[in-house]
Amino acid sequence: MSNQELTRLSITALRDLLHRREASALEIARAHLERIEALDDTTVRSLLTVTRAHAEQQAQKADERIKAGEDSPLLGVPMILKDVMITNGIRTTAGSKILEHFTPIEDGTITRRLAEAGTVLLGKANMDEFAMGSSTENSAYWPTRNPWDLDRVPGGSSGGSAAAVGAEFAPFSLGTDTGGSIRQPAALCGVVGLKPTYGRVSRYGLIAFASSLDQIGPFTRTVEDTAIVLSAIAGHDKCDSTSLNASVPNYADELHKEPSLKGMRLALPREYFGVEGMEPAVDASIKQAIGELERLGATFEEVSLPHTQYGLATYYLIAPAECSANLARYDGVKYSSSVREPGANLWDVYEKTRGQCFGREVKRRIILGTYALSSGYYDAYYLKAQKVRTLIKRDFDQVFERFDAVVTPTSPNAAFELGAKTQDPLAMYLNDLFTIPTSLAGLPGISVPAGLANGLPVGLQIIGRALDESTVLRVAHAYEQATEWHNQRSRVAQL
Amino acid sequence: MSAYEAVIGLECHVQLATASKMFCGCPTDYAGAAPNTHVCPICFGMPGVLPVMNRTAIEYTLLTGLALNADIPEATKFDRKNYPYPDLVKGYQISQYDMPLVKGGSLEITVGDGPPRTIGLERVHLEEDTGKLTHVAGGSLVDFNRSGVPLMEMVSQPDLRTPAEARAYLQKLRAILRTLGVSGADMEKGQLRCDVNVSLRPVGETKLGTKVEVKNLNSFRAVFHSLEFEIARQTELLDKGERIQQETRGWIEDRGVTVTQRTKEEAHDYRYFPEPDLPPLFVERAWLAELRACLPELPDARAARYMRSFGLGAYDAEALCIDLVEADLFEATVAAGADAKKAANWIQNDVHRLRAESPDDGHVDARHLAELIGLLDSGKIGTSAARQVLPEIFRTGKSPSALVEELGLAQVSDTSELASAVRSALDANPTAVADYRAGKATAINFLKGQVMKATRGKANPQVVEDLLRHHLAS
Repeated sequence: MSNQELTRLSITALRDLLHRREASALEIARAHLERIEALDDTTVRSLLTVTRAHAEQQAQKADERIKAGEDSPLLGVPMILKDVMITNGIRTTAGSKILEHFTPIEDGTITRRLAEAGTVLLGKANMDEFAMGSSTENSAYWPTRNPWDLDRVPGGSSGGSAAAVGAEFAPFSLGTDTGGSIRQPAALCGVVGLKPTYGRVSRYGLIAFASSLDQIGPFTRTVEDTAIVLSAIAGHDKCDSTSLNASVPNYADELHKEPSLKGMRLALPREYFGVEGMEPAVDASIKQAIGELERLGATFEEVSLPHTQYGLATYYLIAPAECSANLARYDGVKYSSSVREPGANLWDVYEKTRGQCFGREVKRRIILGTYALSSGYYDAYYLKAQKVRTLIKRDFDQVFERFDAVVTPTSPNAAFELGAKTQDPLAMYLNDLFTIPTSLAGLPGISVPAGLANGLPVGLQIIGRALDESTVLRVAHAYEQATEWHNQRSRVAQL
Repeated sequence: MSAYEAVIGLECHVQLATASKMFCGCPTDYAGAAPNTHVCPICFGMPGVLPVMNRTAIEYTLLTGLALNADIPEATKFDRKNYPYPDLVKGYQISQYDMPLVKGGSLEITVGDGPPRTIGLERVHLEEDTGKLTHVAGGSLVDFNRSGVPLMEMVSQPDLRTPAEARAYLQKLRAILRTLGVSGADMEKGQLRCDVNVSLRPVGETKLGTKVEVKNLNSFRAVFHSLEFEIARQTELLDKGERIQQETRGWIEDRGVTVTQRTKEEAHDYRYFPEPDLPPLFVERAWLAELRACLPELPDARAARYMRSFGLGAYDAEALCIDLVEADLFEATVAAGADAKKAANWIQNDVHRLRAESPDDGHVDARHLAELIGLLDSGKIGTSAARQVLPEIFRTGKSPSALVEELGLAQVSDTSELASAVRSALDANPTAVADYRAGKATAINFLKGQVMKATRGKANPQVVEDLLRHHLAS
């Protein structure tokens, strides 16, 4: 099988191949590495670090395990991690200059679980600095581009992870989602992206942006692949006190149990439709998708999530507040980059290091968060935001008393041009309008490809009850199987 | 001039004696270890790490709350206290802000023969210790061995009025913590650290004056003397009609003064907010009941028992129970057959002094102390000989009878043995003899002292006195 053919394959297809010994893990890893080395620099620029030697080692180990008769879903499957997940001995930058020379001395829980599952790490993906952004233009290294149109952004903050899967550099990657950072780039790059329930996947080893919102999740090209990866990464971790102690189903098996959507009650929140800034072509694709779901047996009803309008404001108080503390450790004294000029005192080192090594958006959010937590402002901002967060969560709780899932567009717009929104933070923040409320409520949400708007991918978001990823996956899978959108390939994928 | 009353509150930081740190598995036995050898990515605050609560540290804090008869709310949580400093790895300290593990509580103190006073506590909360900075020529070094050690902060009400009360409060606190076994509570080792808040107000005034915080107090002495100094300093300012500045001052041990460290304007805004990496903690009542059942006999109860069972006075009982080692020694000595009051006396005076003088908190075996008291009771040795033997027991660990033998200190009661010493004393001191005969009865004490001296304290004083009277009367 040619390299070109190998890199097109899904996790499920690669597993069959490996199981039948028609390709080795090493061959598969090398096919992907060669594709990355040939294309990434000149096209999407999705990876900050390519870990060839490490990948070859892991692939050889996987081949030995396969030879010994082991058969598990991810054994020998290559993948890419967002560069915010720490990797033992492999530089981890979080997209920031301040961690330019930081090499972790341990793996995070998910990195370790994936290694144990036999995956092969190909590289670390570009991202908005400390996961703050919606276009990957806030990377301190370079912007990543959209595999469908290199003049456009891939979304963010997990833009590198999304673009890499869309460019067929790996069958899956992991990203992180704080306010939409998996779902929005998945939509913009035409791939599947899932944000699990808060607490479903361990955060140990994930460099924190906003601890009460951050969640790791997969990018894949099929819903079934997402189900496979989720089963491998979900589950309690004693090193993360916020991880949930709930059993993990075999999500992929569940998908095949009930292919029909008969009896599935889906809610359409009116606050997510007809909003200002919504692109008509995106709107049209979503309406078409809803029609498809109805044909599959689901029933729809319009509902209201009345506090949706406060989502953005709430998020931009809570997330910056948490980040203002989480980023305090980068002070130029320990592992971080450090600006030390002769004669400088401690405060000079703090100010110069943080002043020169953090980007504009990171500084903006640290200042916002510091302000929101300051004495005299705490009650009016942070505390109020926490109360509104509870109201937003309650909105969803009420809807889920009568419905199995909520269906919305993932993003009000398709991929926009590089530089279009960099001077207007508010316009950039509006990209996450539809993904933020789910994050604040801690609920699982998936984005699946749902058509093209003027040749650019559109994402359909399906939101479920806490810990009910099964339903979210089931709806997404039924839709995917009934449509051809997941078989559409990006321009870079076809190179 | 001083018509002022001091109002004093203490804020104590207590390192808990857990095997591992507050939020990671690193060992806490870093004393004497090379810098940065008791660290891991978590207590080093590396990117991506998360804290996990130490159950034992929480139990120790709850036990302390129970011992202080405090309120232990069902719901509690941790918060982030934000401030930048190189000894604070994450740029914030995981601490507790508005929902501490323990609220209120009190303990009783007595100063000298005064009546007992109840001192209230405001709260006890749990947090993590910081690293330690060492300033050297050309820079500063950071050692993170201490980073993340569980630290219990105990804040008293402003119920204390004198430096002696502050000392008594600390002593009682230490006794309680040691009895519970939750902390070594050794100030010299930094296991118990203390800041004091002190303000003055005219006697009779109920409103509080402007308070000054004094930091860097590493011993009971420092607490006592810094308070004395600060009260005198503030008295002088107020007498001159000046106002007290609200500020933080540092105690300079070798100069015996406090100096300004930080004024109110420079006070931190710690921007507390709930720690998102740790879920709220619910203290189930069943858990609390289990802990309550584990409470040992506390110092006050022990003192009451000493009064009841051993007939000690309140002062003696209290003084013994404030020091766990001495209280244990007392009970063991009584168990070994010694008279309780005599044992209490020996321990509070001679043993206490010897322990204070010996660098390694020296030790005497209870059986030896009981034996010593027995030798004294039976007249085998005299008081002065016993006082010579005790330090030797401390030094050598040998038994009293062996030491009495070795040092030749057995008491001499045989009149024939003592007769020559008595005769020499009379011959050498004709003036005293004349004085006595002229009616000055106390002159006999001088002569007795001469005989005791000549016999190196071994003579039985009663026998010597009888012999002297006999000779002087003839």
